[in-house]
Amino acid sequence: MKNLIDIKDLSVEEIDELILTARDIIKNKEKYSEKCKGKKLATLFFEPSTRTRLSFEAAMMELGGNVLGFSSADSSSTSKGESISDTIKVVGYYADIIAMRHPKEGAPLVASLKSDVPIINAGDGGHNHPTQTLTDLLTIQCEKNRLDNLTIGLCGDLKFGRTVHSLITAMSRYKNIKFVLISPKELNIPEYIKKEVLDKNNIEYVETHNIEEYMSELDILYMTRVQKERFFNEDDYVRLKDYYILNKEKLVNAKNDLCIMHPLPRVNEISTDVDDDERACYFRQANYGKYIRMALILKLLDIN
Amino acid sequence: MNIDSIKNGIVIDHIKAKKGMEIYRALKLDELDCSVALITNAKSKKMGRKDIIKIDKAIDVNLDILGFIDSNITINIVKEDNLTEKFHVELPEKIVNLVKCQNPRCITSIEKNLDQVFYLTDKENSVYRCKYCEMSMK
Repeated sequence: MKNLIDIKDLSVEEIDELILTARDIIKNKEKYSEKCKGKKLATLFFEPSTRTRLSFEAAMMELGGNVLGFSSADSSSTSKGESISDTIKVVGYYADIIAMRHPKEGAPLVASLKSDVPIINAGDGGHNHPTQTLTDLLTIQCEKNRLDNLTIGLCGDLKFGRTVHSLITAMSRYKNIKFVLISPKELNIPEYIKKEVLDKNNIEYVETHNIEEYMSELDILYMTRVQKERFFNEDDYVRLKDYYILNKEKLVNAKNDLCIMHPLPRVNEISTDVDDDERACYFRQANYGKYIRMALILKLLDIN
Repeated sequence: MNIDSIKNGIVIDHIKAKKGMEIYRALKLDELDCSVALITNAKSKKMGRKDIIKIDKAIDVNLDILGFIDSNITINIVKEDNLTEKFHVELPEKIVNLVKCQNPRCITSIEKNLDQVFYLTDKENSVYRCKYCEMSMK
């Protein structure tokens, strides 16, 4: 494994290995504190994403390494018209590994084809965000102690939500997974995900617009934000942004060990009165994100 | 209407009617120095109407282009007035620089010197997806 561009690049065994390493890091932080001493991570963020960038930087720092980079295209040579290929070639002389976020879909793949150092896709437009998916998988493993035999509710923007598409793809490889797809009809899961992922792998799923209809059956409830930047039409965004708001009342029939997840940032889709519920895992999920990124950096740098 | 038979060359047959010119352009047949006949709306028992292209020279035809434009095409190879080979084209697994990705969010819309590459992801429904953004071709 030289790069991580798409979650599909990883086999189930490689994902299991990353999760195992991440769990060991959580238990033995001191053991890993100097593993990347003398190594540098470049965070090339051509569009802002404070949370993901800080998570990568914290991950490298906790491994004893250093970080450099930029947090928007305005502060990079791209604003002068430089190509991805040229930028990556140059940064490869300054850093040992690169985490890259770009608004254009496929940009990290282009970078990986030109780079001499490992590339991690830290999000490319509405396309892939594999470290978010790894974060989600580590969260599920840590909170539920398994990645199979789960009923997973996915709620909100299932049309444009790349985290949802990647999570479905990743979880479809485990046994006895059932999905409950909860969305307004305008934001239904795309047909190609149903056909090329769910049907192809014989995965059981139901679609509903009612968040409470299957609540009592769920082991995981994955909430998503309706993202303004994915809409071409502002009216559609305004109409759909607050379609679902999860609050305590809607959780009345939920299992006691339900795991409520959200890739964050949250806007209105989870009421703050849910935050104190022990089933709310979304802040812990952000913390798991740092540990899985530490495991990934070690793997790509071939450090044991 | 009569077109001379060819001695050494290629006959591209069973082209869907009206698609002949697209194939003529895609194969850049206007750049050849031999006789090329494009017959449109020819009567066909199997297809009703069809287009045919006759090339009076043994050239290397890009079968991927033909398969992508019309996978029902038949290729006939003629050598010394005899039909020596006859086969159907297939949907190619990969097409390069034949069509552009229409996704405005795709990296191919801004990065220079990048090949436009599509892969066949669903043969049954002839679905091709961009190598970079994975959006299906419209």
